[in-house]
Amino acid sequence: MRTFFRLAVIATGVAVGAIGAHAQQKEWKEIRIGTEGAYPPFNNLNARKELEGFEIDYMNALCDKMKVKCTWVVQDWDGIIPALLAGKYDVIVAGMNATDERKKRVDFTTVYTRTPIAVIAAKSVASADFSPAALKGKAIGTQGSTIHANYLEKYYKDSTIRLYPTQEEANLDLENGRLDYVVADKMSLDDFLNNKGKDCCKEVGLIERDPAIHGPGTAMAVRKEDTALRDMISKAIEESLKDGSFEKVRVKWFKFAIM
Amino acid sequence: MTWCEAPGYWLGHEVLQNYGCRIASGLLVTIELVALSTTLGCAIALCIALIRLKGPAWARGAMAAYTTFFRGTPLLCQLFLIYYGLGSFRPFWQSVDLWWFFREPFYCALLAFTINTAAYQAEIFRGAIASLPRGQIEAAKALGLSRFQLLRLVVMPQALIVALRPLGNELITTIKVSAIASLVTLFDLMGATKLAFARSFDLSIYLYAAAIYLALVEIIRRVLALIEAHLTRHSATDNPHARAL
Amino acid sequence: MDYYLSLISFGPHGWGRPFLEGAFVTLSLAVATLPFGLTLGLAIALMQRSHRRFARGFATVYTTVFRGAPELLTLYIIYFGLSLGVQSALKSLGFSTQFDMPPFLAGMIALGLVLAAFSSEVWVGALNAIPRGQREAAAALGLHRAQAFRLIVFPQIMRIALPGLGNNWMVLLKETSLVSVITLPDIMFYAMRANVVTKEPFLMFGVASLIYLAFSIISAVGFGVLEARSNRGHAMHGAAR
Repeated sequence: MRTFFRLAVIATGVAVGAIGAHAQQKEWKEIRIGTEGAYPPFNNLNARKELEGFEIDYMNALCDKMKVKCTWVVQDWDGIIPALLAGKYDVIVAGMNATDERKKRVDFTTVYTRTPIAVIAAKSVASADFSPAALKGKAIGTQGSTIHANYLEKYYKDSTIRLYPTQEEANLDLENGRLDYVVADKMSLDDFLNNKGKDCCKEVGLIERDPAIHGPGTAMAVRKEDTALRDMISKAIEESLKDGSFEKVRVKWFKFAIM
Repeated sequence: MTWCEAPGYWLGHEVLQNYGCRIASGLLVTIELVALSTTLGCAIALCIALIRLKGPAWARGAMAAYTTFFRGTPLLCQLFLIYYGLGSFRPFWQSVDLWWFFREPFYCALLAFTINTAAYQAEIFRGAIASLPRGQIEAAKALGLSRFQLLRLVVMPQALIVALRPLGNELITTIKVSAIASLVTLFDLMGATKLAFARSFDLSIYLYAAAIYLALVEIIRRVLALIEAHLTRHSATDNPHARAL
Repeated sequence: MDYYLSLISFGPHGWGRPFLEGAFVTLSLAVATLPFGLTLGLAIALMQRSHRRFARGFATVYTTVFRGAPELLTLYIIYFGLSLGVQSALKSLGFSTQFDMPPFLAGMIALGLVLAAFSSEVWVGALNAIPRGQREAAAALGLHRAQAFRLIVFPQIMRIALPGLGNNWMVLLKETSLVSVITLPDIMFYAMRANVVTKEPFLMFGVASLIYLAFSIISAVGFGVLEARSNRGHAMHGAAR
C-alpha cells in the first residue's frame, strides 16, 4: 500500500510538475475555455447541445475584444480544476467565486460579477428576520460547493445546515418542508420563485456580502504560470465594464445589476 | 486542536487539517450506512434467492423482476425517487404517521441502499446455491434432514465458498457508491473529500481519501481470507491459500 | 402530458437526441471495456492461485489497489497523468508531437483495470469450487496444463462465475457515468444538464433509468441464455431443472 501511495504521489507530481511545460509565456492567439454547462442562466447546455447563458455571451464578447479565437469545452464540475491544471483548457468560466482558499491553487482574473444573495422561505413564514438568533434550530439549505455554504457554516452555527449537490435539490426540499430556509444567488432563486416555487415560497431578504467569506465575486480561473493570459483577460474585463459592452450582454440576461 | 485535525497537523498539510473532522465524520457515515444496509440487505437477499430457486412460478417472476429492476437502474435515480419523489407526498406520510422516516436523509439513504444491495446479493446467493450438484441435496434428503437442516448443514457451507468473494466485491462496491448519499445532504467519506476539494482545489486530498479506502478494503480482504480458509478447511481444492493456512 | 413528451422528444427543444447519444457513449464504453476487463481479471485470478509467491503478491496488491482506490482517482491518473507521462516519454525520445489521451481510451483503461480487480475475485471464487481431483484426472489423461484449463476447468468456472460476472457487468454499465468528468457525455451527463434546464428532475432521471433498465433487461436475457448454455448436461439443483 505504501508503494501505491508513493506511486500516486509521483503520478500527481508528474501531473502537476509537467504543467510547467505549458508555462511558456507565449502570445495568446487561441484560448480554450472550460465551463460546466449546468448553471443556468450563467452557463448551460441546451437540448440542441449548444452552450448558452450570460457567461457564454460575455466571454465570447471578450474574445472578440481581445482578438483571440476561443473554443469551449464542457466539463463536469468534479474534474474542472484537474483538467485546467493538466492543460486541457486554459481558463475556467463557470461562475467560480475567487475565494482566498482557492487562490492558493489557481490565479483569478478581475471579478466580473458580484451577485446579490437571497434568503427564501415558505410563504407561511411571517417574520422578515433571518439573523442567526432568529434562525436558531431551523434547517437551512444551500448548494454544497458554494460560498453560501461557507457563510452559513460560519455564522449560523445553531441552525442545521444542509448542503445539496445542486440548487434544484435544495429548492425541492424547501417545497417538501424538510427545510425552513434556502440561501443562494438571487437570480437562481428568482427563477425558482417565478416558476415552480410560485405557490410555496417567497423571498425573505438579501444577505449582505462579507468579503472575508464571500470573496470579491465571480472571476475566471487560470493556471498560476499563465500570468500573461490572466492580465490580458483582466484588462479586457475592465475595459468591458467601462465601455458598456458588459452592460450590453447583462441586459440580455438579467433585469438587475450583477456587478 | 481536536483529534481529527491531528493527522493534517503532523503531516503539515493545511487542507487535510482544515477538513480532517469532516472526512472523519464522513468515514463514520460510510461505515454506518454500509454496515446497516449490507446486513439488512443480506437477510432480504437470502429470502429472494430461495424464492427464486424454490418458490412458486409467480413469486419467482416477481423476484426476478425485483433483481433486474434494482440492479438495472442507477442507485442515484433510486435514491432521488425515494427521498425527493416520495418525500413530496408529505401530507400522506403524515396521515399514516411515517413522515419521521421519509423526512430523514439517513433513513431514506438506508432504504435505498438496502433494497439495492439486496438485489445484487440475491443474485450472488442464487448463483452460488444453483451451482451445487443436485446429488448433494438428494443425498441430504435421503439422510432424512429437514429443509432447514439441509440449508444450514449442506447448502450454505458449500454455497458460501462460491459466494464469499463476490459478496466481498459487493461490500466494497457499496462502500464506494455510498458517495451517492451526498445527493440527500449526507456526506460520506467521498462526499466530504469532494467538498474539501471543491473548496480548496487541492488534489492531494484525494490521495488521503484513497489511503483510507485502501485500508478499509485491505481489512475486508483479510477478514474474508480468514473466513474462506475456514470454509474450505475440509475440501481438497487446489487453492494455495487454503493449504497455506 | 404533451408538454412532458415534448421535453423528451427529438424536436428542437426535446432532449431525445442528447439522451440517445449519451446512451450510445454509455453502451459502447461498457461493451469496449468488458472483454479487456474480464480477460485481465482472469489472468489476475490465475496469478492469485499461482504457486509463485511473487505472482500471488502482485495479484493481491492489484485487487486491493484497484478495488480500493476511488474510481475517480484512477480515472484522473490515467487521463491526466498518463497523457503527460506519454508526452514526456515521447519528448525524451526526440519526438515533439502533442499527445492527448483520448477520453474514450482513458475511460476504457481505467474502468477495465477496475473491472479486472472486481472480476478476478469472482473468477477466484469459481476456481476454488473446482475440486483438485479434476485437474489431477486431466493430468492423468495426458492433457497439457493449457488444454486442461481450456477443456476441463474453464467450462466449469464459467458456469459458476456467471452470476457474479453479471453483477460486475451491471455495476460497470452504471459506473461508466464517471467518464463525464473527462468530457465524455454519457446518459447521466445529459440527464443532469436536462434537469437543470427543464427543472423536471423526475422526468429526466426517469428517462435515464428507463434507458439503463432497457440495457439491463437485454443483458439479463443474454446472461440467462449463457447460463442455460453453460448448465447444459449438468444435473443441478434449482431453477434450470
